[in-house]
Amino acid sequence: MGLRRVAVVGAGMTKFVRRAQETGRELAWEAVSKALESCEMTLDQIDCVVMGTAPDAFDGVHMKSEWLADGAGAWGKPYMRGYVGGGTGVFAPAQGWYHVASGLFDTCLVVCEEKMSPTQPHPQAAFNSIFDNITERPLGPNLLWIFAIEMNAYMNRYGLKKEDIALVSVKNKRNAADHPASLLGDPNITVQDVLNSEVLAWPVQRLDVSPVTDGAVAIVLAADSVARRVTPKPIWIEGIGWCLDTAYWTNRDLSYPTYVEEAARRAYAMAGIKEPRKEIHIAEPYDPFDYKELHHLEGLMLFDKGQAPEATALGITQRNGDLPVCPSGGLLGVGNPIAAAGLMKIAELFWQLRGEAGKRQVPGNPRRGVAQAWGDLMQVGTVVVMGK
Amino acid sequence: MNRTVEIVGVGWSGFRTISPDLSYKEMIFEAATRAYTEAGIDPRNDVQGFVTAAEDYHEGTSIFDEYTPDQLGSALRPMHTITGDGLHALAAAYMKIASGLMDVVVVEAHSKASNILTLDHITAFAEDPTFERPLAINPIALAGLEMQMLLSAGRFTLEQCAQVVVKNKNNALANPAAAHGAAIGRKTVLESQVVASPLTRLMAAPHADGAIVMVLADSDTAKRLKGKPVRIRGIGWANDTPALDSRDWLHAQYARKSAEMAYRVAGIRHPRSEIDFAEVDDTFAYKELQHLEALQLAKPGEAGILTAQGATERDGELPVNPGGGCLGVGSLLDANGLARVLEVVLQLRGEAGARQLKNVKTGLAFTWRGVPTTSGAAVVLSN
Repeated sequence: MGLRRVAVVGAGMTKFVRRAQETGRELAWEAVSKALESCEMTLDQIDCVVMGTAPDAFDGVHMKSEWLADGAGAWGKPYMRGYVGGGTGVFAPAQGWYHVASGLFDTCLVVCEEKMSPTQPHPQAAFNSIFDNITERPLGPNLLWIFAIEMNAYMNRYGLKKEDIALVSVKNKRNAADHPASLLGDPNITVQDVLNSEVLAWPVQRLDVSPVTDGAVAIVLAADSVARRVTPKPIWIEGIGWCLDTAYWTNRDLSYPTYVEEAARRAYAMAGIKEPRKEIHIAEPYDPFDYKELHHLEGLMLFDKGQAPEATALGITQRNGDLPVCPSGGLLGVGNPIAAAGLMKIAELFWQLRGEAGKRQVPGNPRRGVAQAWGDLMQVGTVVVMGK
Repeated sequence: MNRTVEIVGVGWSGFRTISPDLSYKEMIFEAATRAYTEAGIDPRNDVQGFVTAAEDYHEGTSIFDEYTPDQLGSALRPMHTITGDGLHALAAAYMKIASGLMDVVVVEAHSKASNILTLDHITAFAEDPTFERPLAINPIALAGLEMQMLLSAGRFTLEQCAQVVVKNKNNALANPAAAHGAAIGRKTVLESQVVASPLTRLMAAPHADGAIVMVLADSDTAKRLKGKPVRIRGIGWANDTPALDSRDWLHAQYARKSAEMAYRVAGIRHPRSEIDFAEVDDTFAYKELQHLEALQLAKPGEAGILTAQGATERDGELPVNPGGGCLGVGSLLDANGLARVLEVVLQLRGEAGARQLKNVKTGLAFTWRGVPTTSGAAVVLSN
């Protein structure tokens, strides 16, 4: 298509923690300075800044991106925040891509920050305000309930047991034990631990869910000519896609995320991928709940519908399996500071494809990976394909 | 990459001081239907991407992008929100087309300001929670402080600020979409209630409800569509720091940098002679003057004098806010930027009716996100 080539040249992140002492601006700045340091660049070399951060209700700050601006390194620069709820973290690099690909800029800093802990006692209350103000909010719903409905739909459709799904949580939390920034890494966790954890909204139990988290991640994007000067190992953004379905989630078939498939088809087409199962070597699908990883692997067309649980049981998605999935430890293990969690997946692919993932490194010199996020009312899919 | 991008269809609903009979979805649907009809497109088949500008706290809904697709016909399509001004969303659409990723993109922004009972309190939540909010500053007071500083620096006079209000509200009388047109004199403006000295009530833009939708396309695709295209020659946006203690209060750096970028992209070297008219943020009357100088359309200290001389009237040498601006149309919250662009488009097409300017070829639209932000965006359009 003759699109301008855009690469990730640097990445950095804060530790993911339950209650950060730093303000959101400070978290953003820590991630930004680490990302810049990783590619030996300075803010003067950054042409524009893209911010990703989920509901303002978490921080309790209106026009949150304006408040975060100088923490994100945007002082005196073109600065814009894109927003697709939980999908934001993987949308932000797509937005960064079009900033650079448009020809308006040669470099772009993409920053995702999330501080959920200011919402006391728990951010679930803030989530009440995402529901339709006339038809749903009066019922007092929360996210755990609607995701329990979705998990049930998925389990019923394919006759899955809790044990099949708990394997994802075990894999990711064990993977996260190797991630220096992780909040819930645990090398010894078992399926039994997940099945014995507190029931929140059946079939969702505490260890099926990712934790409330504070944290920030930043990456540096550069156009072809600049990227090759900055680093010998640029990781290219080969494909992007996003798709937002109707707000009427109650009318949707909850057992399959069609919107993820639509987003993936766009990203694969742009990347020239015809057979994703052969051409993708690492996947970082969005895993705020363990069943979501399975759901999304199917939406990404990496497994047939209903087949992802079996693949997981066979060990195919382990770090040393045929298709390593969430080698970072994902949201279940590293933590889920909403938008920052999505961008963490992009950073993980960057490190994995460069062979810099340390103890988490996937064997076999992987050349191409896909990251995906999801959000809103079980409604949006965002997909980025990266390759070296 | 670097394809030419054009606005091929515009539609709006409103603008009205209150709209108890309509939901925001109904207003957006009306605006979208008009824009699609004008461009001759079907949103389900002819559009690759959609983008909307909205802020959660203005909507009273978290993750507001959930509620954006249905009324635009964009369910199960690439759609996202920009939590910025509508002009930022326009820039996002511009980039998607310029990059070659998409050919036709729809932009939407709206205001349901009348639903917000305590807007000042909402806006106060945009102040820094650690350093600023404990001072309990009403955001309007920040505008009063800035205006006082500019008055003290001799940049303009109170009379000149009042003249901005008189001009814009009078222009709005010729704009059927404007909600706050009025024939008033400077004395009325100066003697209206003081809201944050020296700012009086009539110097601050009242709010309005409405929705605006625009269809953008690359120039090749535009040829196949029905609408009368207006070319986006240059676009730019920028932030100063949000911190009250370290921003440049005098110079509106966000406006200066936004315009510098837009002029650079458009290849404009002498804005004063190359720009025929401008739609410039006037959320507060003094802001029009401060912004005109930052946009290089007037020299420092000159904007007030030009206004007093009538140079910024519809028949002056540099018409400013011929459609009435925020003071006359009403502030449309996150849709303000698109309202400025809408007027520039209608003027360039020669469809501005009773307020039509003569012989205009190039216009500038500039928007600011209001207190307490230092966020602005500018676009240069030509026919």
